[in-house]
Amino acid sequence: MADLSADIQQQVLAARNDKQVLNIVGGASKSFMGREAVGERLDVSGHSGIVNYQPVELVLTARAGTQLTEIEAALAQNNQMLAFEPPRFSGVATIGGTLACNQSGPGRPWTGSVRDHVLGVRLINGLGEHLRFGGQVMKNVAGYDVSRLQAGAMGSLGVITEISLKVLPKPAARCTIVWDMGAQDAINFMNQLAARPKPLSAACWLQGRLYVRLSGAFSAVEATVKEWKGIELEHRHADEFWRQLGQQELSFFEISSSVRQGSSIGNVDMPLWRFSVNSAASIPSLDEHCIIDWGGSQRWLRGEQDKLHMESLAASAGGQVCLYAGGDRRSEVMHTTPAVLQIIQKRIKASFDPDGIFNPGRLYNWM
Amino acid sequence: MSTTNKLSKDELCQLFCEFIAPQNVIADEETLKPYECDGLSMYCEMPLIVVLPETVEQVQEVLRVCHRFGIPLVARGAGTGLCAGAMPNAEGVVLSLAKFKNILEVNPQTRTARLQPGVRNLAISEAAAEFGLYYGPDPSSQIACTIGGNVAENSGGVHCLKYGLTVHNVLSVEMLTVEGERVTLGNDGLDSCGLDLLALINGSEGLLGVVTEIQVKLLPIPEKARVVMAGFDNVQQAGDSVGGIIASGIIPAGLEMMDSYAISAAEDFAKAGYPKDAKALLLCEVDGTAEEVQEHIEQVEKLFHSFGATSVRTSQTEAERALLWKGRKSAFPAVGRISPDYYCMDGTIPRGQLAHVLTEMQRLSDYYQLRVANVFHAGDGNLHPLILFDANVPGEFDKTEEFGGKILELCVAVGGCITGEHGVGIEKIRQMSVQFTELELLQFNAIKDAFDPVGTLNPGKGVPTLRRCQEYRSIEPKARNKEGVAHG
Repeated sequence: MADLSADIQQQVLAARNDKQVLNIVGGASKSFMGREAVGERLDVSGHSGIVNYQPVELVLTARAGTQLTEIEAALAQNNQMLAFEPPRFSGVATIGGTLACNQSGPGRPWTGSVRDHVLGVRLINGLGEHLRFGGQVMKNVAGYDVSRLQAGAMGSLGVITEISLKVLPKPAARCTIVWDMGAQDAINFMNQLAARPKPLSAACWLQGRLYVRLSGAFSAVEATVKEWKGIELEHRHADEFWRQLGQQELSFFEISSSVRQGSSIGNVDMPLWRFSVNSAASIPSLDEHCIIDWGGSQRWLRGEQDKLHMESLAASAGGQVCLYAGGDRRSEVMHTTPAVLQIIQKRIKASFDPDGIFNPGRLYNWM
Repeated sequence: MSTTNKLSKDELCQLFCEFIAPQNVIADEETLKPYECDGLSMYCEMPLIVVLPETVEQVQEVLRVCHRFGIPLVARGAGTGLCAGAMPNAEGVVLSLAKFKNILEVNPQTRTARLQPGVRNLAISEAAAEFGLYYGPDPSSQIACTIGGNVAENSGGVHCLKYGLTVHNVLSVEMLTVEGERVTLGNDGLDSCGLDLLALINGSEGLLGVVTEIQVKLLPIPEKARVVMAGFDNVQQAGDSVGGIIASGIIPAGLEMMDSYAISAAEDFAKAGYPKDAKALLLCEVDGTAEEVQEHIEQVEKLFHSFGATSVRTSQTEAERALLWKGRKSAFPAVGRISPDYYCMDGTIPRGQLAHVLTEMQRLSDYYQLRVANVFHAGDGNLHPLILFDANVPGEFDKTEEFGGKILELCVAVGGCITGEHGVGIEKIRQMSVQFTELELLQFNAIKDAFDPVGTLNPGKGVPTLRRCQEYRSIEPKARNKEGVAHG
């Protein structure tokens, strides 16, 4: 609960001076993501605390090391929430890491991602300059959108120190209905449901069952449940299902603790692949084995696979794939980037971090 | 970047005519004239040449030529922008994308549309309507403005508190780099690996690349929408009731406020039945399923009464809803009737600062002896003060511009920003150094360099070069402190 930004700034300046590369760590809950981390650990978890929260403005500002649980507890007191439903990873995930890894939960197609909710950031770039971008208001088109650029950058552009987010009221009511059906039927059905003006807030298929969550005004949820005629799940079970899915705690996601901590030595975990694709696409060879979330847009697959083959399947489904966890973390884990975009990304990286001290190679071998 | 010493205007014309039909290469004064400005007509400049290519390959070739000879290039959609972002460069080429008008695909299954950049915003919703879908962002200029321009400015509109800005509704773009290379940013899925260049492109004002195709999300048309109008005796109560609605857990589809000037001008113009004696008027639109709208409308009516509304009226029919909106939507032209000219500003503020900001603005209005009417996207804190002036009175526009600058500085002082949806362009480039430090501006310039190292894409817009903001700082401090803009 302290402002350690001056200390962090000093550490960055020292690292630059010593040509020492840094591995930025908050709650260390997502060490398993990206490529193997190198460099000296720069711990930002102590730089935490909610700086400003105005419920009627729908805006919260917190230091990057603030745990999601702390933020969500403060929001809950005002019946508000982080609408992008980020995974808390046993309660240690921080808001900074959540943004850096662009982590969002089941509601993402309807309520947006962390990238969609970020309004402003402060960050320390590779020159040790503490900069502020965006703001604490809903709309701000002055300058380039450096705040959203941090989403998924995995700390490669700087140390995020502070984040302002749009927050939203919790829906008054929710209900989950299920249907038993195969993957292909579920993909078609999820897309049909999403075209209707109803309070749909999540749609996920796994192991022969389609789960659909409705959230909103009591009357709207109630009427839609009647109209759609699925099997209504008991609230307790439904909440637990969405929690386990969103928190990546279903057994499907299981990642051993050594891998979770980012150790690739003796890594025996089955690779976990994450596809981000066209919601209506069918990938016949995989779909039945996947968790199909986000109304069809996100698909999780477990197992040893050839990465290039996965990439070609993802591309023909209109999207991309990454090796989310497990497998070989020394090779590339992200979808292959075309040469022109590699050049632009490298130049952007250099514009923030000319000496390449932040999380080198974490996102790509070439960056 | 000096160009013309390498290539004369005639030579450049000839070069373009080798791959673009000659009638689409404009070089004569008379035909160039309409391109001298965008929607902010106070800022004008005649371009050297305007080209209207018809294929992506032609656009690519235009970029290559400009890159090779270091010629400034300004991309242009419908020219409805309000920050002089599409104002030409005197030594440069205007690249009009007006011929790229095709809706390439509306896919009802995936609820997406693929569009050329010159497609009008409203045309997307019109094409999607047969499938019960529409495109969310609805800037006031939606009848004319294009999706390419919307991406450049990250346009908002009345409904963006609930449905987001352009950046939230674009899935992918095809873009040409300054060198003319084709790249795709984003994909059919919702997330991409690597740096989120799509987020950077939205709102980049044509400084980073030229977008040639856009894929947007479409939303189901809500079953029902109704609007509640409420009049208030004072602005504070109106502002508080906006907070009250948000605190109650309702996210309205639209939540607009007008002050007494705007109310009375709009009412005289539209005859919508606005209470002309009110000091502030709120329009709160609620949409969703029929049941949800009924439930929320009752809550909103109650809230307005409890916050001291002097009149509350709810639309009973679609016609009545349209009429209540007509007043708001015609507020700008209506204000135009009570003054020879008006200048529309675009700051954002934390909503809680509204009363303070309006009081300060009145003080500035008295100081400058210029009237100001306020139209406010109250839901998301986006303020549109309209400064009334007469361009025929010598010096009055300069005074207006200075007043406008002070309003933007006031927005920054209370924790807001200098532009919510109109963009920086040339108009607000001086205020960039009020919102950002020199180091932050340097970082912006470094990002620009990553895409466009020579700086030929829309030069002089969006982000000031350091030299420029130092000049502003050294010249301006006295003028800036003169009125002692209060920090709220």
